[in-house]
Amino acid sequence: MAEFYSLRVNGVDREVVDAQLGESLLFVLRERLGLLGTKGACEQGECGSCSVLVDGELVCACLVLAAAQSGRDIVSIEGIAPAGVSTDVQQAFVDAGAVQCGFCTPGLVMAAHSLLERIVDPTDTEIREELSGNICRCTGYGRLVEAVANVAKTRIALGGNRG
Amino acid sequence: MTVSVPTSVAEAVSLLAAAPDSLVLAGGTDLMVEVNAGHRSLDRVIAVDRIEELRDWSISADRRSLTIGSGVPYSLVMDGPIAELVPALAQASRTVGSPQIRHVGTIGGNLGTCSPAGDTLPVLAALDAQIHLRSVSGGRTVSFSHFMTGVKRNSRQPDELITGVTLPVLPGWQGYSKVGVRNAMVIATASSCLAVDESTRSVRVALGSVGPVIIRCTDAEDWVVGQIDWERRAVDDGVVAEFGQRCGVAARPIDDHRSTAAYRRRAIEVLSARQLRRAFPNG
Ligand SMILES: Cc1cc2nc3c(=O)[nH]c(=O)nc-3n(C[C@H](O)[C@H](O)[C@H](O)COP(=O)(O)OP(=O)(O)OC[C@H]3O[C@@H](n4cnc5c(N)ncnc54)[C@H](O)[C@@H]3O)c2cc1C
Ligand code: FES
Ligand code: FES
Repeated sequence: MAEFYSLRVNGVDREVVDAQLGESLLFVLRERLGLLGTKGACEQGECGSCSVLVDGELVCACLVLAAAQSGRDIVSIEGIAPAGVSTDVQQAFVDAGAVQCGFCTPGLVMAAHSLLERIVDPTDTEIREELSGNICRCTGYGRLVEAVANVAKTRIALGGNRG
Repeated sequence: MTVSVPTSVAEAVSLLAAAPDSLVLAGGTDLMVEVNAGHRSLDRVIAVDRIEELRDWSISADRRSLTIGSGVPYSLVMDGPIAELVPALAQASRTVGSPQIRHVGTIGGNLGTCSPAGDTLPVLAALDAQIHLRSVSGGRTVSFSHFMTGVKRNSRQPDELITGVTLPVLPGWQGYSKVGVRNAMVIATASSCLAVDESTRSVRVALGSVGPVIIRCTDAEDWVVGQIDWERRAVDDGVVAEFGQRCGVAARPIDDHRSTAAYRRRAIEVLSARQLRRAFPNG
């Protein structure tokens, strides 16, 4: 049964047409709305590559029933930075060598942004705990932790002014 | 397929009454995993995550008990006021999955699934939590021991909504410990909750992942109260060791893909002995 509903994604109301109501938000973002930044791997909530924000909370889009999200604010990686422009988090990932194959990067950038919104000056343990829902097979995590710590330091030095 | 998004308990229970085969969807962290794996198909879904009454919690006027809505996510239990009132529940919540899972996963969902590895369940068992259920014909309350009936089985009727749990606020040490292969994102291979009630001088212990249901170690509980020096908050090393062994005897573990029965029993011995020592630090 094909259905019709709308979702607010990255501040824009988007119609989802010809969808099955049982589809996950991950599927709808990628396959219905053409937003390919959010990655899917396990579809079991284990890898975090599908991380998005729903009403400001970091969640796994693969575990969210899209058709029940009307009226909520959904932010995907495309909503964090316009194409061609890097956020301070993205730049710090590149600088620290925290982007290798890049598959985990969108999810980790979402997690890092979400962490730094809540904790301005996270400890090493806080960074590791907050990123613990995101799996990366390439970097060994050290560079990721370093990148997030570098963003926090820079933001503090700039007096809270976001790059 | 239909997806309903009620905003009140009354609305949700009438939707359930009209179609008791509906699936209640809270955080989706158990249900959507099954859907994605192709183990379950969705037909009628009632999404309960916008029912504010379920996402609330309150403390009784005498401050002796706490009622937590079924829709309260782990991230809210982990720290803040609930964590001060029931530290063991906060510790258990903190071990669940990852930040992404804890933002949406709920206590009601842990109860709905009723896996022996559900991390909040040993805490609810140790504290003799009361589970509140509601249908169009009214509400009822059952103790946790009557709620969980087997592996992923509970006494909830198809037309009932789990609305919340009531827990006592106990004076005394309490904690939750879990063994698994790593720190994050791990299903318990064995877990234990120990809670002391200094007002009645009692000790409660409940074990997870070592039986078809959560196991209360009543023999160890009854035995140990007489061995404790309550004034000095002290127990002998020998008592600590025997307490661990008695809890291990209560466990009914099995061999499976996650671990062996022998390892699980040993883990229980170690966890419960450690918890007793933490509760009564003096030798
Ligand atoms: C990656 C990952 C890691 C996990 N790690 C852990 C872990 O470490 N420890 C742990 O205990 N669990 C873990 N889980 C399992 C899951 O997160 C928990 O069981 C969680 O509490 C489920 O809550 P939910 O709100 O997401 O439930 P849902 O998936 O929405 O629902 C689960 C079940 O409960 C029923 N239900 C939910 N709410 C109600 C209600 N109000 N009334 C009636 N029925 C209801 C649903 O119909 C369904 O059968 C993990 C899951 C994932 C995906
Ligand atoms: S695809 Fe969602 S967590 Fe892996
Ligand atoms: S960079 Fe390859 S998975 Fe993280």
